[in-house]
Amino acid sequence: MDGGFVPTLAPALVEVEDLTVRFVTRDSTAHAVNGVTFSVRPGEVLCILGESGSGKSVTLRALMRLLPPGKTRISGTIKVDGQDVLALSPAELRRLRGGLVSMIFQEPMTALDPVYTIGDQIAETVMRHKGVSKTVALARALELLELVKVPSAASRLNNYPHELSGGLRQRAMIAMALSCGPRLLLADEPTTALDATVQIQVLILLRKLQKEMGMGTIFVTHDLGVASEIADRIAVMYAGRVVEEGPVADILANPLHPYTRGLMASTVHGQDRSRDIDAIPGSPPDLRQLPPGCAFAPRCSLAAGECLSAVPEPRFPAPGRMARCVRLGVPAFA
Amino acid sequence: MPNTMILPTAMIEPAAPKQRGYWGSVGNRLRYDPVTVFFGLVVLAIILAAIFAPLLAPFDPYKESIIGRLKPLGWKGHWLGTDELGRDILSRLIHGGRVSLLMGVVPVAIATVVGGTLGVVGGFGGRKVNTAIMRTMDVFYAFPSVLLAVAISGAMGGGAMNGMIALSMVFTPAMCRVAETATAQVKNLDFVEAARATGAGTLTILRYHILGNVLGPVFIYASSLVSVGILLASGLSFLGLGVKPPTADWGLMLSTLRQSIYVNPVVCALPGVAILITSVSFNLLSDGIRSAMDVRM
Amino acid sequence: MDTVEIDRGGPAQPLLIAKDLRKHFKVKGGAPGAVVRAVDGVSFNVFKGETLGVVGESGCGKSTLARLLLHLIEPDAGELVFDGDAVGDMRGITVNALRRQVQMVFQDSSSSLNPRMPVRDSIAFGPYVHGKTKAEAGRIARDVLVKVGLKPDLFGPRYPHELSGGQKQRINIARALAIEPRMVILDEAVSALDKSVEAQVLNLLRALKENFNLTYLFISHDLSVVRYISDRVLVMYLGAVVELGPVQDIFSRPKHPYTTALLASRPSMDPARRIEEPPITGDPPSPINPPSGCRFRTRCQHAEAVCAQTQPILGAWNDRDSHIAACHMQDPESGHSLAIRTH
Repeated sequence: MDGGFVPTLAPALVEVEDLTVRFVTRDSTAHAVNGVTFSVRPGEVLCILGESGSGKSVTLRALMRLLPPGKTRISGTIKVDGQDVLALSPAELRRLRGGLVSMIFQEPMTALDPVYTIGDQIAETVMRHKGVSKTVALARALELLELVKVPSAASRLNNYPHELSGGLRQRAMIAMALSCGPRLLLADEPTTALDATVQIQVLILLRKLQKEMGMGTIFVTHDLGVASEIADRIAVMYAGRVVEEGPVADILANPLHPYTRGLMASTVHGQDRSRDIDAIPGSPPDLRQLPPGCAFAPRCSLAAGECLSAVPEPRFPAPGRMARCVRLGVPAFA
Repeated sequence: MPNTMILPTAMIEPAAPKQRGYWGSVGNRLRYDPVTVFFGLVVLAIILAAIFAPLLAPFDPYKESIIGRLKPLGWKGHWLGTDELGRDILSRLIHGGRVSLLMGVVPVAIATVVGGTLGVVGGFGGRKVNTAIMRTMDVFYAFPSVLLAVAISGAMGGGAMNGMIALSMVFTPAMCRVAETATAQVKNLDFVEAARATGAGTLTILRYHILGNVLGPVFIYASSLVSVGILLASGLSFLGLGVKPPTADWGLMLSTLRQSIYVNPVVCALPGVAILITSVSFNLLSDGIRSAMDVRM
Repeated sequence: MDTVEIDRGGPAQPLLIAKDLRKHFKVKGGAPGAVVRAVDGVSFNVFKGETLGVVGESGCGKSTLARLLLHLIEPDAGELVFDGDAVGDMRGITVNALRRQVQMVFQDSSSSLNPRMPVRDSIAFGPYVHGKTKAEAGRIARDVLVKVGLKPDLFGPRYPHELSGGQKQRINIARALAIEPRMVILDEAVSALDKSVEAQVLNLLRALKENFNLTYLFISHDLSVVRYISDRVLVMYLGAVVELGPVQDIFSRPKHPYTTALLASRPSMDPARRIEEPPITGDPPSPINPPSGCRFRTRCQHAEAVCAQTQPILGAWNDRDSHIAACHMQDPESGHSLAIRTH
């Protein structure tokens, strides 16, 4: 298994530059995403790794403009396959969603419509985007269910979402997302709600389909283990900023940003039972009142005066690696 | 159990930036809602006018005048004119507010206590208790509320007291259902189970954990019922089932002035305007309170 | 509380014995007679001072089990013995007395706190219910807040919505500790927390256990966390115990194929050695009509005829050191072709 994706000269599929998302309410303004820049090449899996409130899901939804328009303020540029997503008309946006770009969610029970059968829902998407007859669309739906390895797929076409187990529902949602051969797949914690034995099945399936179909994928997760199973590159988000980015193997072997290091140290995997876990102290900042400098500085053991004065600029200590930390050279935790 | 235990200071979490209780935050949100504040002031003015009616009214609301009947606005110091018996409209409107408000508020208060209690008991009690209470309430639900109010006060005979009893009976089932729904929701939350796990009895749990969480929705619903109460009370009086003449009451005024609508339409419409303003103000105020209370961070 | 008698049965007496606990739920709107076999004959001991980890996937009955232990749900059958006293028995202790000594921390830190109550009142509620005056209960709440690492003056007056997830879970732990229980049931208590916060709370739980001689029943779906915190582990599948044993034995030499599969399903944490084939396929079957015989046989690669016919037996569950699995391959007499031979 090649851990690192081999960079090619192909033009980027997704280019996000200086994306900023704010949620404005009567009471306050939440700075959910604060200047995020990244790109995804065709066929590449980028994992956005972060804890709750890091802005990872908001970033993903901004790519499809799925955020409530009334109270959301978006700035920056988002380009998918050369199209400026933020400038698209509603009709163009509908063509983009489900056609060029598809999304799978954490909870398929709420993402699937409970009053239609699985077959009808997949067929409906196919008909809308491809303009084919219902018979053709249903045949395609069957193919898709077989593609995502749903056992006895033909009879499952006639099942309603509530009649399926969690794992099968998630597979059905993946089938629906793949129905129009998207070039970009957005996945928002699609395995988080699944049991361990089912999660690994879905991960392996997604990895395989992504390779076969050559989809660019952005996979949002809070779970380092999931990222290690599926990512080519990882972008670690904290308080609405990408604090570190790089190939998955490099980041797991040699995390640069103190937050990434802290996250890895506090993720329980075979630690010494007789010792405390090296937890990161404190809790993430309030997005309504971000500290002026590095948002992680208040919890960081390496923080110095300069960390508090300005948001650290990205640094590129090695090819393909980026970290927003002014103390990069400082030796790690003793 | 040892009383002291030292934890590394790093484990002590930093202070969250702001600190304000639930009701504090509700008040704060209300403050920045000009519509609600405005109609809150209107409601306050109406209530104050009703309380201090004898001081505010420029004339005796019951003093009739043969020559001064159905005079237009501003006639001889009667700012809002006179009615068909020559009584001052403004004074009657101010005094009439007492009856209308009373008939709007008292039945709601009774329904809140009675229906709320039944609802909490029904929601928290077992299936049998719930069925007994809620199916009884459903019987009342089978009738349209206006029809039910008319039927009850018709059966008991008119009068302010019977009108209020009728309205209480109309509101109680609705109140009961709101309380029952809220209770059933709260009952299934983990903190109630946690309270049971500490060994607390039913009454203690009701008192400390259920009531506080049910009062909010019940109160919001009650405040929206007040405007309905005022409307229904006026309707009963209009139909002759509420207060009896010559008592000053908006619905009754509307009913008696109706016959003079071709003589002086403006004056005839005034009691209706009073009902409209009061009911709309109560409604918008309760809407504002509802949205301020709804937000949970 | 002064009335609690410390360690009545002596150190060898298990703190809690659950014997053949059973709970079936009627299926709403299902076929007549259809029941969910949520907990179907579960027996185990919790020894004094240990942490017993309970792992299993959703629907395996681990949360129902937690509620049965506190009688928050009435068991259909089975027996509970707390420190030698049968619970609900004439000569034993009452359910209320049990609840004074066993407390529970729930998964959802938000819904397990009363939103209209300052958190110090939520903590003081337990002691107050058990007869302390309001002033005493308030003092206890302050003490416990300090113990869970929160400043009483800063956090006590706050409402739950003003706290982060980690802080709320500390409050929940504080509430459980306020009545000085001897045992705490932690039902997915760290599962909803972010990793960095989860680590803090795990450290806190370990420190509290040591300081107050607590016994934990730690329920989780996260094997890594269970491995870190537990002394012994109980693996559940569809309402039944499939494996029980000391933590090192379970993790290094799992005996039941389900445990093996669970362990192999954990992400590798190493992109160079990714898992290429799923250890087992399919979802857990519905607990409404569990498979006959061994419940795991529908997903087990070693399943044979005997597995469908007879239900495998767990064995000597009341022994502290035994490592046992309910699998025909563990029983030389079962007739399974892969059954271990007697030593």
